[in-house]
Formats: sequence, structure tokens, C-alpha cells
Amino acid sequence: MELLAFVVFGLAALVSAIVVVAHRSPIHSTLSLVVTLVSTAALFLMLGSPFLAALQVLLYTGAILVLFLFVIMLLNVQRERTGAAARSPFQTWSALIAAFVLAGAVCRLLWDAHGEAVLAPLTEDFVALRNTASLLFRDYLLPFEMVGLLLLVAVVVASWVARRGGADSEEESR
Amino acid sequence: MSPETLAALAKMGLWLAFLINVAPIMLWVERRAPAFMQDRLGPNRVGPLGFFQGIADAAKFIFKEDIEPATADRGLYLLAPVLALVPCLTTYLVIPFGPDIEVAGRTMASVVIDSDSGIFVFLALASLGVYSLVLAGWASNNKWSLIGAIRASAQMISYELALTLAVVAALVPAGSLHLGRVVDYQIGERLFGFLPAWGVLVQPIGFLVFLVAMFAETNRLPFDLPEAESELVAGYHTEYGSIRFALFFMGEYMAMAVLSALAATLYFGGWSLPGVDLMQLPGVLPALVGFVILTVKVAIFMFLFVWVRWTFPRFRYDQLMRLGWKVLLPLALANLVYVAALAVGGKL
Amino acid sequence: MSVPISWYLLLAAALFAIGAIGALTRRNGIAIFLSIELMLNAANLTLAAYSRLLGDRAGQMVVFFVLAVAAAEAAVGLALFIGIFRLRRTIDVNRINLLRW
Repeated sequence: MELLAFVVFGLAALVSAIVVVAHRSPIHSTLSLVVTLVSTAALFLMLGSPFLAALQVLLYTGAILVLFLFVIMLLNVQRERTGAAARSPFQTWSALIAAFVLAGAVCRLLWDAHGEAVLAPLTEDFVALRNTASLLFRDYLLPFEMVGLLLLVAVVVASWVARRGGADSEEESR
Repeated sequence: MSPETLAALAKMGLWLAFLINVAPIMLWVERRAPAFMQDRLGPNRVGPLGFFQGIADAAKFIFKEDIEPATADRGLYLLAPVLALVPCLTTYLVIPFGPDIEVAGRTMASVVIDSDSGIFVFLALASLGVYSLVLAGWASNNKWSLIGAIRASAQMISYELALTLAVVAALVPAGSLHLGRVVDYQIGERLFGFLPAWGVLVQPIGFLVFLVAMFAETNRLPFDLPEAESELVAGYHTEYGSIRFALFFMGEYMAMAVLSALAATLYFGGWSLPGVDLMQLPGVLPALVGFVILTVKVAIFMFLFVWVRWTFPRFRYDQLMRLGWKVLLPLALANLVYVAALAVGGKL
Repeated sequence: MSVPISWYLLLAAALFAIGAIGALTRRNGIAIFLSIELMLNAANLTLAAYSRLLGDRAGQMVVFFVLAVAAAEAAVGLALFIGIFRLRRTIDVNRINLLRW
């Protein structure tokens, strides 16, 4: 049962991840990323963290990617052209080879380290939301507050950078 | 099949029977109620008082010709109406509709997913609703649709913040993300010794914020800018006809019903009525009667939706954004601080 | 049958490599951004898997903070793209060469 779920969601994540980087239309890329992230949320659930699964769907797909879609539609981003304007084949191939070497090395290391080791069964204690919450709001309270501050700064900066007028108002009036 | 699976299927069947009927009945209410308000008759030919108008309309939707725009992005165009049903057909899973009941010697909760993180799951799945609107608007390859989609994405993200903050404040008294515990709290406590501790009495401002955000999240008037017919033809579903349009239509009414059920659960005691002890009833009756009580509360909310629609004019887009960010969000935050202060001070 | 933990880790490594390829080969600024989100997501999966393996919820906390920082990053990054688009009418990174020698 768990194996079946892993295969389904793992394959969905892999295939949609490939579509994300291979598709030329940014809208389709973003939507494939939605599939990847939702599949990963299902994997989080299988790894005993309903908290992360819900957060992933709520925050990533429900807010961040909608923001991406919003900006893509607002700027009317077109498909990438191929041909002369494209990157040199050298760059593409070196990126592909580097990524494959990296992935191969990491996979080898991971396999050597863990092999076919099977996990201990999930405990009620590990899954319980109450325990996660007390960890977050007691032991990690300071980082939590700092992330809140970071988000506030990000909102202020974003609305300042994307504002109309100001430094680029000449451009606007053209 | 195990008894647990059977029970879950039975509970889902109850909800689905309810949700499927929401759209046809609302279609009738949405025509007869404004007709009454405007002193005219409304559709009254099909069945008694025109009650079967919904069925006639459903048949019309199914048999109409299916037209696809030639320049549409076909895959996404077909996917969007199906996605419209996903959030409303999954979120009801965590809404409780009765007390724990005893069936064949085992205790069973009257909610499909009896989980700690109930409301968290609800919010996560509900946040996926915006995709169907955005995809429909973009895939139709029509400028009115696209404008509707952009409006929808900005509007739903903005009002989700206020909605979520209001929900968080509503959970504080019960101290649990499990909606069943929230209802239990509202049954168990008394305000000033005689009033039921319904959320609406503890935090009226929170309820007001939730109510307004609920209208915006379901794209109902006065916030129906994504489909404003006087500016955008029909907004994101301009290019949809026949059964595909019907799916958007059903999705909208089901979303209204599920959000109304959440509002009733958080602020109006859910499946309970003050002075009525459902536990006295035998067998599965407590769950069924609880479901009926919840349905009545949902029906009152649904009528409110119609009533507001025919009473208020549509907002302008800048007014909508100003209301969301500069009024509702600060109000929701203030309400959260107020409820948290009550909780810390031991008044709840 | 339960799944060995290394499968989760291998899947995360594969996702990371795919994201890296995208970030290195795409020219559309937003597509590069999406690839980076993909890499972040792969890292999150690794953290969650190790948190499960070690039975320590600290890994989940790190994922929480990564998600929050990703939200901040997306807000600022997309605002920058809007600003750049206002200035240059494009978000093709080959043509945003203001700071290139």
C-alpha cells in the first residue's frame, strides 16, 4: 500500500518536474510545479508529517504559485523562442552533464549510507500536531519571530520595488 | 470491506446527497427570492411554485451543444471546470455533523476524517479553488476571461488572509484545530450563565470579517468582479457553455454551501441547538438529526447570500482591494489579539 | 510493504538535479525562479525524510522555515521581475545585461 502510494506520487513528482524545466510556456511550467508540490505534500504525509503536507499545499500551491501565475499573466510572458536567441548548446550540455554527475554521486553516497534500511513504524507521538506545535512555539520561538520579521520586510520591499512612479516614473510616462 | 470503510462511505454519501442538491435548489431560490423582493412572479410553470425549474435547467445544460473556442489551450480548457469541483468535494470531509454515535458496539465520530489537523486540511484544500478560475480565464484565450482570471487570483489571495485570521481566532477558545472540539466547546460553555458560547457571541467582529471574506472567496455579489457581467461579459467563464458552464455553476454553489457549513460550525454551534440534547436519541439518529440542524443553518446562510446579492451593488476593484487589505485585515488581526487576550486572561 | 528511506532520498536527489538543469539552461527569468523552487522543494523532501529516519521533529521545523523564507523570496523576486519588466520590457535573462561587462 505504502509502496504503491510512493510509486504513484514519486512518478508524478518526477514527470511533472521534468515538464517544469522542459516546457517552454511559463504557465504550463508553473502548473506542472503545482503537481510536483502536491505530490511532495503527499510524500510528506507518508513521512508522518501532516503539518508539512497541509502547509505545503496551503502556502506553496495556494499562495506562492498563484502569485507566480498572477505575475506571468500580468506581464504576459510569452513562450521562449528557440534558435539563434537560445543559449549555446555547450551551455545546455555542460549543465546536463554536471547535473547528472552530481545526481549520480549523491545517489551513490545515499545508497551506500542507507541501502535498503526500512524505517521503524510511525509513532502516534511523532505525528501528533500538538507536539509539533509545542516544538515550534517553544524551542523555535525566536527563529519563528525572526521569520515573521523577514516576511514583513519582504512585503515592504516588494511593494516598494513594484510600485508605480518613483525612480522609473519617466519610463511609465513614455 | 472493513466497517470503518463502510462508515466513511456512508458519511460521504450523506454529504454528497446534500451537495449535489444544493445547485438545483439554489437555482430555484435564486430566481424566486429576488422575484418576491422585486414584487414579480419569477419562474412558476415547472412543477408546484416552479420548484422543478432546477431540473429543467439541468436538462437544458446537459443537452446544449458543446462549443470550444478554436484558439483555446485545449487541455487546460477542459481541465478547469473539473478543478472547480475539487475543493468543494474534498473540504466537507473535516466538518462534523453530529456527536459521536454508537453503531454495532463501536464508537464512531460523525465526521469523515477524524483528524487533529481538521481545519488545516480544510484551508489547504480550499486554497486550491483559485486554480480553476485562473486556468479557465487563461486557457479560453479571451481578453475578458483573462482579466477575470487576474482579478480572481488577486481577490482570492487577498481575502484568504482575512478569512484565515478570522478562522484562527475562532479556534482559540476551543484550543484545537479539530472542528469537532470547536463544536463541543460551544455546547459545553455558557456566557453569563445562560447564553450558549457560540462564536458569534464571543467574537462578533471575527464573524463579520469571516462573513465578508466568505462572500469574496466565493465570488458572490457584491464581490463578483471576476465575472462582472456589465464589464467583462461573464469573466473567466465567458467561453464556457453547456455542461462545462454547469460545473462552474455547481462548484460555486457547493463552495458557498461548504463555507456556510464552516461558518455555522465556527460561529453558530455547528450541528447543535441550545437546549436540545441529541445524545438522548437512539442508534444513528443523533448524527442524522445533527445533519438536519446543520443543513438548516446552512440554508439560512444560503438565503443570506441571495438576499445580499439582490441588495448591494458591485464594488469597484480598487474599493475591493482597499476593503480587503486596509479594513478587513487589520480588523481580523485586532480580533485575534482580543480573543487571545481573553484566552490568556482566563475569561474563555 | 513499507518503503526504504533511501528511496525518498534518491527521489529528492533526482528532483534537485532536474531543478538544477532548469536553473542553468532556461532563459526566462520566471522559469529559472520556478526551477529554484523545485530545488528548494527537493531539499525539503530530504529534510522531512531525515526527520522521519532520525525520529527528530527538528527537521520538520527547518522545512517550515524554508517554506516561510521561500514565500518572502517569491514576493521580492516577483516584485523585482515586475520592476525589470517596466524598465526593459522583457524578463529574458540574456537581455537583462545591465550589470554585464
